Amino acid sequence: MDHFPTNWGRPRNDAFDAYGTYPIHQRPKNDSFTAGVQRTQQPIVTGTSVLAIKYKDGVMMAADNLASYGSLARFKDIQRLHPVGNNTVIGAGGDMSDFQYLQTLLDELIIDEFTAQDGHTLGPAEIHEYLSQVMYARRTKMNPLWNSLLVGGFKDGKRFLSYVDLLGTTYSASTLATGFGGHLAQPLLRAAVEGNEDTLTEEQALAIIENGMKVLFYRDARSLNKYQIATITAEGVKITESKHIETSWSFAEGIRGYGAQTQ
Amino acid sequence: MTSIGTGYDLSASTYSPDGRIFQVEYANKAVENSGTAIGLKVKDGIVLAVEKLVHSKLLVPEANRRIQTVDRHIGLATAGLLADGRHLSNRARDEASNYRETYNSPPPLKNIADRLGLYVQAYTLYSSVRPFGISTILGTVDQDGPGLFVVEPSGVFFGYNGAAVGKGRQLAKTELEKLKLPELSMREAVMEAARIIYLVHDDAKEKEFELEMSWIGPESNNQHVHIPKDLFQEAEAAAKAALENFE
Repeated sequence: MDHFPTNWGRPRNDAFDAYGTYPIHQRPKNDSFTAGVQRTQQPIVTGTSVLAIKYKDGVMMAADNLASYGSLARFKDIQRLHPVGNNTVIGAGGDMSDFQYLQTLLDELIIDEFTAQDGHTLGPAEIHEYLSQVMYARRTKMNPLWNSLLVGGFKDGKRFLSYVDLLGTTYSASTLATGFGGHLAQPLLRAAVEGNEDTLTEEQALAIIENGMKVLFYRDARSLNKYQIATITAEGVKITESKHIETSWSFAEGIRGYGAQTQ
Repeated sequence: MTSIGTGYDLSASTYSPDGRIFQVEYANKAVENSGTAIGLKVKDGIVLAVEKLVHSKLLVPEANRRIQTVDRHIGLATAGLLADGRHLSNRARDEASNYRETYNSPPPLKNIADRLGLYVQAYTLYSSVRPFGISTILGTVDQDGPGLFVVEPSGVFFGYNGAAVGKGRQLAKTELEKLKLPELSMREAVMEAARIIYLVHDDAKEKEFELEMSWIGPESNNQHVHIPKDLFQEAEAAAKAALENFE
């Protein structure tokens, strides 16, 4: 019997425990939004490939300055290489808003460590482990952070280069590439770097990376001819200003078969 | 304190008939029993220094720090109960990180001092808690330049050019007033801070103490860090020499 006259003649909601008869944790949920909750199912504003290689003095990483909105080249001055602490750079492909969220998350982590003033700092290995735990936890909640990330660094005389993605998958190698770069640039990087990690100079490493970026700009339709390079060495982190790729498209004059042609 | 023993001092939630809260005044006594802490706001930075009284020779040097880091650009030095200082610095860190979360920018010190003031004041309202037995010196350097605040046990806070709390605060304040603070460089300020701490230390009552110093400014990349070893030793040696000339 409902003793509240205002409820008489109105539709009942038996799921709602009006008298609080259940302990709080077992109380039936009467949240009309639960059924409507949606999770990330696709990235929105995206960055494309990130390339990274190990060389004699440390790690070199590159990513272009484009954030695409679908196939639209929406933002052309986005930095996708982000320094974390004094020994690490992360490079991100995938959803740029998720990447920005990760940046604030890592900033908080670094400040927590800094305020401890205990003489310890987080190096690339710790940053990578932290990121992999965050990424895996989020995919387990069926709500992933839609990125593939490269973590590169140099600390205590050791190079570090590792990968982590939206599933929490991790691996390391002396050359790594995310996105389209994994298909187009990775074979070139491997051929040039593997076995030569300890002999490649900075100039040689730069040439290899620039070659990779050029190939990607020619063939990846979501890329841009404007990019930045990060080097992480014993001297610390250095991220260059944006550079332009010199390309030549004269060969395209003779191509027949795509688009409108009279002949 | 003529009114001691007249009652009205067992709870922070009861006024005395002449409108005072004795528990807050006793908290100030706890501050006065502690080693001196000073803060200097100079031309382009902040220097904090603390006279940390060492109650046992068995203690590991640099243990029980009384200068804490709240955020990259904010430092905190306390005089009073050590544990209260650690609790308040944890709270300050939470407040700073909360500000960052909300506004995605480094917190201005005035906001942090304001929030800490509110927090400390809440402990003067209830019979079930005791007020904080610490005075807190907060220092920062941000886009508006250096800033220095002191939060007292009552919860009030003021901005200062030079601050001194704890046992030797009177002498330290007169020494600070003699300085031309806005004209000092950071390095000069470190030397003066060390000198003042050595000066106000009372050899007759307490034998052992450890000098603790930190700074924020261009020389530390605007981050709050302890003074580099070499400069620290230089300042400490100069302070000892100055003390001998003084005597």
